[in-house]
Amino acid sequence: MADLKLENVAKVYGGKVEVLKDINLDIATGELIVFVGPSGCGKSTLLRMIAGLERISGGTLEIDGERMNDVPPAQRGIAMVFQSYALYPHMTVYDNMAFSLKLAKKSKEEIHEAVMKAAGILQLEDYLDRLPKALSGGQRQRVAIGRCIVRDPKVYLFDEPLSNLDAALRVATRLEIAQLKESMPDSTMIYVTHDQVEAMTLADRIVVLANKGIAQVGSPLELYERPDNEFVAQFIGSPSMNLLPGEIVETGPMTKVNLDGEGVAVSNVPTAPEDLGRRVNIGVRPEDMLLADGDCILDGVVDVVEALGEVTLLYFVAERGNAPVIAKLPGIHANLKGETVRLTAEPDKVHLFADGLSMRPKD
Amino acid sequence: MHPALQGLLTIVIGVGACIGYFYSSNIVLDKVIFPARGPHAGRNINRANMVRPWLFLFPALFALGLYLAYPVVETMRLSLTDRDMGGAFVGLENYQKMTADPKFWEAIRNNALWLLVVPAASTAFGLLVAQLTDRIRWGAIAKSLIFMPMAISFVGAAVIWKLVYDARPLGTEQIGILNALYLSLGGDQPMQWLTLPFWNNFFLMVVLVWIQTGFAMVILSAALRGVPEETIEAAIVDGANPFQIFFKIKVPQIMGTIVVVWTTITIVVLKVFDIVFAMTNGQWETQVLANYMYDKMFRANDWGVGSAAAMVIMLLVTPILVWNVYNARKEMK
Repeated sequence: MADLKLENVAKVYGGKVEVLKDINLDIATGELIVFVGPSGCGKSTLLRMIAGLERISGGTLEIDGERMNDVPPAQRGIAMVFQSYALYPHMTVYDNMAFSLKLAKKSKEEIHEAVMKAAGILQLEDYLDRLPKALSGGQRQRVAIGRCIVRDPKVYLFDEPLSNLDAALRVATRLEIAQLKESMPDSTMIYVTHDQVEAMTLADRIVVLANKGIAQVGSPLELYERPDNEFVAQFIGSPSMNLLPGEIVETGPMTKVNLDGEGVAVSNVPTAPEDLGRRVNIGVRPEDMLLADGDCILDGVVDVVEALGEVTLLYFVAERGNAPVIAKLPGIHANLKGETVRLTAEPDKVHLFADGLSMRPKD
Repeated sequence: MHPALQGLLTIVIGVGACIGYFYSSNIVLDKVIFPARGPHAGRNINRANMVRPWLFLFPALFALGLYLAYPVVETMRLSLTDRDMGGAFVGLENYQKMTADPKFWEAIRNNALWLLVVPAASTAFGLLVAQLTDRIRWGAIAKSLIFMPMAISFVGAAVIWKLVYDARPLGTEQIGILNALYLSLGGDQPMQWLTLPFWNNFFLMVVLVWIQTGFAMVILSAALRGVPEETIEAAIVDGANPFQIFFKIKVPQIMGTIVVVWTTITIVVLKVFDIVFAMTNGQWETQVLANYMYDKMFRANDWGVGSAAAMVIMLLVTPILVWNVYNARKEMK
């Protein structure tokens, strides 16, 4: 039952190394927000600042309208799940979950009730007297979540909670977290991950962090369909979006771009007459590439073919130090290696970026 | 010859002999006894490899047998004989003589006192220092200073502390810092600290605590570093204050190491000899078992009772040693 507000938040280490700056974010009650970004972008640091484990160097953090910058972690109404679970190895599952309540001097009955309730939600009743070392990775993760639930926090913080699990367990636990969120519609959750799939499946809104700041905030599909800038365009989606340099040759409701090399691209991004001749990058997702006969964006030789069954990935010979263009075609096209292939895309799938920023008007 | 050259020569000869032994014994094994040729080459190689570990173990086994196992048996034998009767077998008479000696019981009582105080104090101080110096900039310097007494021999330490407890006649300058402090705080007479029965035991213990704190600190400091940072952060989020973090999160996680440090110091304490020997020689009710043994064995020339005392020390040390090794092994897993 809490909304959280970050205003001009900054983090500077040792007065010199700036890690984050000008972070502005409003998180509404009951939202599940995911922070994603490349490693080292400060997403965990931001989470730890919200938790109170790192000092906030500038700006303010408010939870429920109350300034939290100098409030100790335990009194912020937050609970955190750590990447390595951080269970207390010398305590049983029950004691792990009861620890915070014992510190808060709750009565035995209250503690018992809270722990049993959390254990019920997480199906941990049979393991309460075990030590963490006798649990599997998934069970440990559930205990870590249980430790949060018993405290009934306003905000749950998850720091890459699934990265220590194997692939199958990761999918299962991801679903469990999604279900947990659904069963607690009033609790706010902030979730840090570098895994796009986690971000896309769990988030109400995704915050993409890059270059010390927020690159874009939006729902998963918003980020996928209308990336604000080249960074987000390439970060969201796998394989990442192809960017090809070119020059605008026709403006208006539809824009035509002559690409360096042979190709021509048409986008439904409207442009003004003064944009004529402007250098831009067009962006096309590999999965939006279509085989073509006439005008094409790319006319190239296939270098590598990865046939995955449901789709086939084509890697084209890279030109002039560019990253290779990738196309994802549905079905099986195993015999295209070394062939010349012509590709195009629907105008509404062609993004335009000038100076790294999207030219698509916001609605 | 210059002693330094002698030392160097000893090292060269010793190391050379080691290399020579391993080299030549392996040559003999591989070329002469089980040569890797002829009709049984494969079998010979396997046999040579079965023998080889024993070649490497032999020097250690031999030395341990000669200097450890044999003395134990011989001491056991001596403790059952009497020198004055030409080494005749007297059964448990020496033990009876010993248990009838009030000095022996004084030594047992004092050893028990040492056993209670020194390991506890050293471990506690070591843990305290390890925790306090963990995050500060000059922590490394503080730790080096506290570790330094480890490099001083027990006798050297005893001499240093004898100066600390030194007493000069009233009116002359006190060079012992304890008396200097005592007088400046309003004491009327310089005290002969080491002659105050019962309390003088503690003045002796201080020396060993002073030495062993550094040892405890180094081991416990490493153990504290090994406590996962995230468990501490989780405790902070759970609302633990620094004391609760220390006692409920950190200490339980390094309990195994604490036990190892504690028992290791306990063994040192049971064998304590040099400090008492050099500072009081067991006078004024400060006798301990090891010094009692030395007294009987080499001053009273009563090898029977001396050996009996040695056996008592060994019996006391053994169970603690076993527990220590057991815990140390558990820690290493």
